[in-house]
Amino acid sequence: MTYLAKSPWIIHYDASSCNGCDIEILACLTPMYDVERFGIINTGNPKHADIFVVTGSINEQNREVIQNIYNQIPDPKAVVAVGICACSGGVFRECYNVAGGIDKLIPVDVYVPGCAARPESIIDGIVTAWGILEEKRIKKVSSPMVTDHGHKEHHRHAEGGAQ
Amino acid sequence: MINIVWAAFFILVAPVVGGLVAGIDRKITAHMQGRVGPSILQPFYDVGKLFEKEQAVVNETQIFYAICYIIFMVFTGALFFAGGDLLLVIFALTLSQLFLVLGAFAANSPYSYVGAERELLQIMAYEPMVILTAVGMFVATNSFNVNDIASSTTPVVLLIPGIFLGFLYVLTIKLRKSPFDISTSHHAHQEIVKGVTTEFSGPSLGLIEVSHWYETVFLLGFVYLFFGFNPLIGVAAVIIVYLLEILIDNTNARVRWQFLVKSSWLIAAVVGVVNLAALYFLSGGIP
Repeated sequence: MTYLAKSPWIIHYDASSCNGCDIEILACLTPMYDVERFGIINTGNPKHADIFVVTGSINEQNREVIQNIYNQIPDPKAVVAVGICACSGGVFRECYNVAGGIDKLIPVDVYVPGCAARPESIIDGIVTAWGILEEKRIKKVSSPMVTDHGHKEHHRHAEGGAQ
Repeated sequence: MINIVWAAFFILVAPVVGGLVAGIDRKITAHMQGRVGPSILQPFYDVGKLFEKEQAVVNETQIFYAICYIIFMVFTGALFFAGGDLLLVIFALTLSQLFLVLGAFAANSPYSYVGAERELLQIMAYEPMVILTAVGMFVATNSFNVNDIASSTTPVVLLIPGIFLGFLYVLTIKLRKSPFDISTSHHAHQEIVKGVTTEFSGPSLGLIEVSHWYETVFLLGFVYLFFGFNPLIGVAAVIIVYLLEILIDNTNARVRWQFLVKSSWLIAAVVGVVNLAALYFLSGGIP
């Protein structure tokens, strides 16, 4: 049965976003858009979640957090990058502290562009994601365990081996 | 005395009724908040999905505790509906709840620990009132047997109105409704991540959901026991009580655990004990 599509629970993480997209995500929960009518719940717990919704781009502060959350979500899982910063880094792409879009770190399934992304397009992105979830369940895709040890080692080395 | 047919009926029908009650609850809650809300069948979809997910646990023992939780919850409800001893029913209920706490403690996670400690506080808060309820029913009907209490012609609720009110107070804790959803909560509410269920995922979380449906049906059966003298009034009372719980859930903010423990003990000590004492002296002592 396709229960996954009927009850996609999300976990929302703000990765260095300006809060514009986060406000739009929270707008989806209000009576105006009410995503709970699709069974979508904002869980706040990666172990209960099916869809990882990330806003903002990757920087040094949040790469470990993003990996940690992604690794804790049980399979099948999908990642939705909301907003242009999460898709590609947006206007911050050239910044010295920004590594780029979320797909530099974890596999992204749906890109929702926009600055800020509109609630309608966010809902559309999540609806697309539950189709992908269902596909992953049928194919029994097991998501990779994402680690960043190489990056960290490189970083420590660059800092002169300081702990 | 034990009616096997009713026990089997409970085991088969309670998850369906409990799931529907949860679905109706979510729909009414949504309407109270000006939203459309999910389908009434949404809790079934949720649990169906949880069983499709990967079983990711920190400690394998958690799964065992989740299974024990549902087994003892089913046992509690089955014993109750079969007309067994009310005291044994209450002890089995506590035992099943303790398995949930153990399951949360089995995972080495701070959120899970906080949830488990709060669940223990909740048990501490409601237990005196639940035991007083059993004693009150004994004083009113001269029996601890659920069968005798349910078929008694004595209007139990008129003899122990204080205990009924006290029981309604702790029912909010048992149904995990605001303002007393301090260990874990329903719908989209969050409580220190997800409190006692934080470290459960996939099928084991599904088991916990299903046992909560069993628990809901059992607790509503308990409410019916106060109105056993007239089945029609009994069913109406059960519906009104549940609607009242939804209203309380939507109009109250979560309280601190200190208030939870103090207020439920105070209620148990005041309305419960006073009610019992009044009944005792008016009837000239327990016959």
